[in-house]
Amino acid sequence: MGTAATIALGVDPSSSGAQTSPPPVAAVANGVGIGPVLANVSFSVNGSRRALELDTRTTLLDALREHLHLTGTKKGCDHGQCGACTVIVDGQRINSCLTLAVMHEGSKVTTIEGLGTPDALHPLQAAFIRHDGYQCGYCTAGQICSAVAMLDEIKAGVPSHVSDDLTAQPSLREPELRERMSGNICRCGAYSNIVEAITEFAGRPA
Amino acid sequence: MKSFTYEKAQSPTAAAAARGKPNAKFIAGGTNLLDLMKLEIETPQHLIDVNGLGFDKIESTPQGGLRIGALVRNTALAADPKVRRDYAVLSRALLAGASGQLRNKATTAGNLLQRTRCPYFYDTNMPCNKRKAGSGCSAIGGATRSLAVIGSSDACIATNPSDMAVAMRALDATVEAIDAAGKTRSVPIADFHRLPGDTPHIETTLKPGELITSVTLPKPLGGKQIYRKVRDRASYAFALVSVAAIIKPDGAGRVVLGGVAHKPWRVEAAESELPRGAKATAAALLQGARPTTDNKFKLTLVERTLAAVLSEAKG
Repeated sequence: MGTAATIALGVDPSSSGAQTSPPPVAAVANGVGIGPVLANVSFSVNGSRRALELDTRTTLLDALREHLHLTGTKKGCDHGQCGACTVIVDGQRINSCLTLAVMHEGSKVTTIEGLGTPDALHPLQAAFIRHDGYQCGYCTAGQICSAVAMLDEIKAGVPSHVSDDLTAQPSLREPELRERMSGNICRCGAYSNIVEAITEFAGRPA
Repeated sequence: MKSFTYEKAQSPTAAAAARGKPNAKFIAGGTNLLDLMKLEIETPQHLIDVNGLGFDKIESTPQGGLRIGALVRNTALAADPKVRRDYAVLSRALLAGASGQLRNKATTAGNLLQRTRCPYFYDTNMPCNKRKAGSGCSAIGGATRSLAVIGSSDACIATNPSDMAVAMRALDATVEAIDAAGKTRSVPIADFHRLPGDTPHIETTLKPGELITSVTLPKPLGGKQIYRKVRDRASYAFALVSVAAIIKPDGAGRVVLGGVAHKPWRVEAAESELPRGAKATAAALLQGARPTTDNKFKLTLVERTLAAVLSEAKG
């Protein structure tokens, strides 16, 4: 165990597994607060390995947008309530605003830029365009990342709040899609078209 | 957000020891803690990331029950075939909470430790005994529609927001923890969450530095297992009232309420009223309730939700 001073300076010998480096600004060890602390982390984003030195406070969302300039992922509420920041990490959709970048050493992150490009749209992006699944478009990247991973959850047999039978293979019916997408808010209210786009994409031959 | 140092825990005892550092906190899913850190309601100076410690399995116990690792994510727990088959009330409660994205991150232990959603706890401009011990309760006399109707005190009328914990209480789960010396301890879920009393900032009976390693369920109870949640939206909202129930064919069983108190609300003596119906059971469960003008509707809502649950159990 270190003293308060060594901990505040980030050189506590007991934390040998830590990836934190000493803070660049003199730390204040008076119990009120400490200066910024930097740490190294590397993870894969859309298939490329990225190594970053970040303030420990940096969320995965801010690492993607502010450090890697992948601005397709949007910051809405920044509190896990709106879903605009949804990305796919190790195959699962999460709110990138509610996780720290330093917690993702070795993770595989997929953002909207990794799903499709303007020249080669992901089929769900194309379906959103066909069905007018947006107005302002701010929630769209989160909706699409969320829906792609959500359909994998259905395939894997994960039940939902509206599944009648917990042990049956869940369906792709509209109430299921709406319930499973409730973590993605659309303030323009394009929900019915979003559901149509997802339904079309889900029903297409693999 | 305030600055903090960060380490990845190398072992459960090392994690528990690091928790002894000034203002240190464990982080697992982080979906509640980071939200609170952004608002500077939580201001840890050191985070101990416990995600690498294992504790992510669901295993059968020799007693015929299930041991759920502390780090099992809410989605994985709700989707586990044994949980879906034998502990449906737990699957249903988990699926009624949060969103798909949050359930993918949120852990079993973190769900048990999540903080209240009382609006005054979140408003750092207002006194709150939970946020700052002894500062006062702004909720009393304030907007109380979502807050506790029973088990509250003059210091706090907040509710526990967890759906999962309500089902865990119905199942009589046990919480296992380890300390820095490697000493393990089992806490029945009934004793895990505290009522607010004079110290609403102390929410559980975990000792400082103890790390939750697993939650164990006893062998399956059978019966009809139902979780019914009443909320302001059809999805992705906290409960105004919820009922976790395990009802046997003869009408006997267990019922636990969510959304009404500082902990999952179970009164075992009230369960003998179950064969007599919702009105008698609700009256026994809510004896001594102290609702406000704005939340006394919850007493009626409990009775009606219970009636719906008992009717579903018969069907």
